[in-house]
Amino acid sequence: MKTSDIEAILQEELHRIAPEIDAKMIERDEDLREEFDIDSIDFLNLVIALGKRFEIELPEADYPQMDTYNAMIVYLGECSPNIF
Amino acid sequence: MSEFLMPSLGADMEAGTLVEWLVKPGEQVNHGDTIAVVETQKGAIEIEVFVDGTLDKYLVEIGKKVPVGKPLATILQAGETGAEAPQAVSKPEKAEPVSEPAPILPPKLSAETVPTAASISEERVRITPVARRLAEQSDIDLAALRDKGTGPAGAVTLQDVEALIGAQPSTTKPSEMTGMRQAIAAAMSRSKREIPHYYLAHTVDVSKAEAFIADLNATCPPEDRLLLGAVFIKAVAKAVEKYPEFNGYYTEGHFQHSKVVNIGMVINIRGGGLVAPAIHNMENLSLGETMSAMHDLVARARSSGLKSSELSGSTITVSSLGSHGVETIYGVIFPPQVAIIGFGTPTERPLVIDGKLEARQSVVLTLAADHRVSDGHRGALFLSKINKFLQKPEVL
Repeated sequence: MKTSDIEAILQEELHRIAPEIDAKMIERDEDLREEFDIDSIDFLNLVIALGKRFEIELPEADYPQMDTYNAMIVYLGECSPNIF
Repeated sequence: MSEFLMPSLGADMEAGTLVEWLVKPGEQVNHGDTIAVVETQKGAIEIEVFVDGTLDKYLVEIGKKVPVGKPLATILQAGETGAEAPQAVSKPEKAEPVSEPAPILPPKLSAETVPTAASISEERVRITPVARRLAEQSDIDLAALRDKGTGPAGAVTLQDVEALIGAQPSTTKPSEMTGMRQAIAAAMSRSKREIPHYYLAHTVDVSKAEAFIADLNATCPPEDRLLLGAVFIKAVAKAVEKYPEFNGYYTEGHFQHSKVVNIGMVINIRGGGLVAPAIHNMENLSLGETMSAMHDLVARARSSGLKSSELSGSTITVSSLGSHGVETIYGVIFPPQVAIIGFGTPTERPLVIDGKLEARQSVVLTLAADHRVSDGHRGALFLSKINKFLQKPEVL
């Protein structure tokens, strides 16, 4: 799966949660929750949604690997190399 | 015969606009049924009835702004024919005078002027709070957004409103207060004017609570995972059972203790504002049920799907600014409640454990309480009790 496809899905799911935040305007290596102003329940909803979209499990222990926008794309890429 | 009244959905509410009837005259209603939808400063709220019977007739036309405490409809209880004098059935928690009462239609509406439930079900516009704010600021009539929603259950989203106004920021009026901001201003002004607050803080080790939920979550799908916030709320609910002077209302010069524990949960609304709906009967909920209730409440608060009993029923409030919040929350009590508990951001701090300095995850737990009802000594014991539960999360 191409990185651009992963990013498109991530953007789509983030947009559902934080529709007023433009993903083009965020700092990609800063704290994801702060950049998108999402709280712990929003983040849990994001994890649930991404798990369904990529058909993967996102363990809580891996949350530190998803702490920025760029890190999340890398993580999702590593978890789902064989999809599509 | 009973009257179904416009309820007070909080100390800050003076009136609401009837937008939809969910039950037709002649239909059966049961205690707890939602029978109407009212537009308030906090969004569209589903209003429940607390009596069994049959809806007799509508007293108010759709679209009318109605002061708190005024009748919206009459309800016949079992065996009644409609000849009896009406009795109020949903006494508002605190009906405050409305400066300019909105006109109420006389009870004798003709059949033609009273819309039927079927014909008016299209009147309601389901809209998210952030979208509502933009619509208000942009002078967009909510009716113009009907059937344009693309969100869950057809809710109008921010993008829908932006699409309608062509995303022209120049048309907004940022200087004007939105309805929600006015509601917050009214409640908090009253709180600071009337309630002699006192404040206590206690730093609490939460490493055991975090380890407890990490352990549970390690084997759970995301849908079943717990958040630390659920543990916090449950600990407050259990502790307040032993310290009843923090659970209830101060009205008409005296404190009224509540036997049930309804925790008001402060929920941030995107783009500004907040609501604090209640999780009812917390004393009967397990930790997992508390988490489910939180999840459900946050989702509905952010899509304008709250019920009237959830907005008016809190007996104590809990505020937590989450993982990227602040060290300490100095809460403002939501009247007529008498206490608010704050949880700061969990942070690693140096704590002395068994005589040794250790880096531990901890939060600053705060209490803002009403000095007319309680004192610092009892407040300190209350915070200490919450701490004890957080050290034994398995008993929650």
